[in-house]
Amino acid sequence: MVIDSLSYVFLVAGGLLGVIGGIGIHRFPDFFTRLHAAGITDTLCAALILLGLGLQAGLELASFKLLMIFAFLFFTSPTASHALANAAIHGGLKPLLDTPTAPGRKKKAVKKKKAVKKKKTVKKKRAKKKARA
Amino acid sequence: MMFAVTALAILVTMGLAIARALLGPSVYDRILAVNMFGTKTVLLIAVFAFLSGRTDILDIALLYALLNFVGVVAVLKLVEQGNLHSPGIEDE
Repeated sequence: MVIDSLSYVFLVAGGLLGVIGGIGIHRFPDFFTRLHAAGITDTLCAALILLGLGLQAGLELASFKLLMIFAFLFFTSPTASHALANAAIHGGLKPLLDTPTAPGRKKKAVKKKKAVKKKKTVKKKRAKKKARA
Repeated sequence: MMFAVTALAILVTMGLAIARALLGPSVYDRILAVNMFGTKTVLLIAVFAFLSGRTDILDIALLYALLNFVGVVAVLKLVEQGNLHSPGIEDE
């Protein structure tokens, strides 16, 4: 019973990590941040799910196969992430930096400028009203 | 029951990854999403093996893990060099 509940905890935690990685790859603004989200969650997600399945299987041939899958994913997942980052840098993709001119930040900067202008106009109007009074 | 919940979570993740693969602005985003999709496919097959009670299916999961890595590296080399037959950049 203890082993069963432990394996359920591992399975659900692995699934949760996978969904978090999926949300990260879908919502982050830049290739390198997406790579970060996917690369970090992938390894632990696979490890937790395969460990949970291995606890369900017990000491059999199935758990050995799970161990082989885990060993292969454990070595290839970081390698693929490194190769991807290397190819992206080599291909001329620049990381998104937090500067006002960077693409993807323009909309927010424009909105802020507009807001500042609005505030200024409001202040001017108020000053005019005060002057009239 | 827990196997079904885990399989559902993996399927949601695969959906998000395929959405990124379709949306992705650069080709590297697409390769990253496809890589993640392949890894999650391996996990889904492993979970399905226990869900259906036939643990022989784990061999197929292992095969998918092997093919996924080789495929991603081959696609990266194709994108970076334009062909698959020339030697690597460091070797020239």
